[in-house]
Amino acid sequence: MIFIGERINGGFKDIVKAIKEKDKDIIKKWAIRQTRAGADYIDVNIGAVSNKVKDYIWMIETVQETVPTPISIDTNKLEFVKEALKLCQKTPLINSTTAHDEKLDQLVPLAAEHEVGLIGVCMDEKGSPQDVNRRVELAAKIFTHAVEKGLPPERLFLDPVIMPLKFLQPQAANVLEAIRQFKLLSDPPPHIGVGLSNISSQTIESRLINRTFLVMAIEAGLDAAICDVTDTELVNAAITAELIKGEHIYSDSFIKAYQAAKKPGVGD
Amino acid sequence: MLIPEVRQKWANPINTITIGATPEEGGTRTRTVTVGGSTTLPFLHFEGKIPHRPALAMEVQDITPKDWPEILGEHFSDVWDDPGRWAKKCVDQLGADLVCLRLAGCDPDGENKSPDEAAVAVKSVLEAVGVPLIVWGCGDNDKDNEVLPQCSEISAGERSLFGSITEDNYKTLVALCKADGHKLIAESPVDINIAKQVNVLATDLGLDPKDIVIYPTSGALGYGMEYVYSIMERGRIAGLDGDTMWAMPILCDIGKEVWKVKEAVSDEIAEWGDQSQRGPLWEATTAYVYLLAGADILIMRHPKAVSEVKKYLEKLIESK
Repeated sequence: MIFIGERINGGFKDIVKAIKEKDKDIIKKWAIRQTRAGADYIDVNIGAVSNKVKDYIWMIETVQETVPTPISIDTNKLEFVKEALKLCQKTPLINSTTAHDEKLDQLVPLAAEHEVGLIGVCMDEKGSPQDVNRRVELAAKIFTHAVEKGLPPERLFLDPVIMPLKFLQPQAANVLEAIRQFKLLSDPPPHIGVGLSNISSQTIESRLINRTFLVMAIEAGLDAAICDVTDTELVNAAITAELIKGEHIYSDSFIKAYQAAKKPGVGD
Repeated sequence: MLIPEVRQKWANPINTITIGATPEEGGTRTRTVTVGGSTTLPFLHFEGKIPHRPALAMEVQDITPKDWPEILGEHFSDVWDDPGRWAKKCVDQLGADLVCLRLAGCDPDGENKSPDEAAVAVKSVLEAVGVPLIVWGCGDNDKDNEVLPQCSEISAGERSLFGSITEDNYKTLVALCKADGHKLIAESPVDINIAKQVNVLATDLGLDPKDIVIYPTSGALGYGMEYVYSIMERGRIAGLDGDTMWAMPILCDIGKEVWKVKEAVSDEIAEWGDQSQRGPLWEATTAYVYLLAGADILIMRHPKAVSEVKKYLEKLIESK
C-alpha cells in the first residue's frame, strides 16, 4: 500500500496559521508525525491560503529539512509544480492532472521528463464522472496519453474520484466497480489511488466509513490513498486487507513486519 | 517474432552477511565468508547481480558420532575424536569454506557434555582452522541456553554464525550475539509464516535484520524437499519484493538430513546400486536442488558430495 499523508493542506486551520505566520514548527510536526506513521509521501497543498509560489516553496522546504519522505506536489498551478520539481530531493509525485487535454499536455510530459509519478484524476472540463463507464473512459484517456508520452504504468496513479457517501451514495459503489475495471488497462496495471477522506465528508462516523471503504477499495484493486496516515486503525486495516489478499506473507506480528519494511531509507 | 522482455526489476536486494572476522576486524580468522547480496533469483545472471557464491560448510561434532554410516566413517574416523583435527581435515584436505561445529555431545539425552567442554571444543576448532565457524547447539532449548553463552563469550569478536533461535527460544541467543558480535541462524519448522515471525521477534529485541540467516529446516531428496523448496522460493521472491523479514540469506543443513535416510545409508538392497556412489549422489543432488531454490550456505558431510557440488557451483557462477 502506498500511503500519502494528507495533513499538510491549507484546508486545515493550523496549516493556514503556519503559512501565514511562517511557523515552521506546525509543518514540521505533521511531517514527522506522518512519516513515523508510515507515510510513503507527504502531500503538500497550499489551498487558498496564498497564491505566491514562494509560500509553497517554503512549505516544501520545511518538510524536506525535517524528514526524508518524498513529497506529493499537490497543486493545480503549473508554475508551482515546475518550481517544486526543481527542489524535491526524493522522487516526488505530481498531484495531479485531469483528463482535460490542456492539463494532460502540460503535466504528462513534465512527469515523464523528470521521471516522477503522476496522479491522473478521472474528470475533465465537463466535470466529475457520474457513473462507471465515464470513469473508465477518462482513465483510459489518461492512461493512453501517459504511455504515448513515455510515462510508464508504474509511475501513473489513476484516481476514480471519490464523492461524499452522505450526498452521493451510489457513487461509492461506482468507484469500487471502476477500480476493478482500471485494473484491466494493462499488465502490470497502473497504480490506483484515491483521496479517501472525501467519502466521509460531513459524516459523524467518518473514521469508520474511511476504514471500511478503504478495505473494500483495496479488495477491488486500490493500492494507494491520500488519507489520514496517523489514524492507526485505518492504516492497520489496510495492511490487514492486503495480507488477506495474499500480498504479504503472514506472520503473527504482521503489522510490525510491515512497518519494518517501511522504515525510511528502505526500498527507496 | 519479438521476444517479450522477461527481466524483472526487484525492489530490494537480499541482505549481505559476512561470517568470520580477521585480526583487523577483532577476530582471529585468516579469511571470512560473505554470502547474499543478490538482486535476482538464483543464478539468473541475465536479470540481476549475484555478487557472492553460495558457501559450503562441512560438519564437525564435539563427540565421535554414533549414527554416521561407515561410508562417512571411512573419511573421518581417523580424526573424529578431536574436533580440531576433524575441522582441519575438512578445510585443508576437503576444501570447506566454513566449519559447522555441531554440539551434539551436549544433548542431555546423550553424553550431556558441560558448557565448559563445549567451549573447549569451540576453542580447539578456532585454533585449528582459519575459516569462519558455524556453532550449532544440540537442539535442547534449556541446555543450549546454558551451553551457548560460554561458546559465544569465548569466541567474542569472531563473528561466528550461531544456531539456532526459534519462535519459542530466542531471547538468550539474541542478547548474546548482540553482545559478542556474532550472527544468528533463525530456525522454523518448514513454515514460511513462522520463519518470518522469528525474524520479527529477534529484530524487535534490537537485532539487526542483516545479522540473521534463515534456516527454514531442510528435508532430504524424497523426504519433503519440495515443501522446503517452495517455501524458500516464495520467501526469496517476497524478500526481493521488499519484505525485509524475508530478505535474509538462507542456510540448508543437508548432511544431517541426507545421512539418515535409507536411500543414502543402506547397502542391503542390491538393485539400488553401489552405495559408495549412491550415498554421496543423494547428498549432492539434495544440495543442487537447494542451491536452485536460493540456498546461500550449505552444511554437508561427504567429501565426494562436497567436491561435486563445488564443481557444479563454479559452473552455475560461470554461466553468466
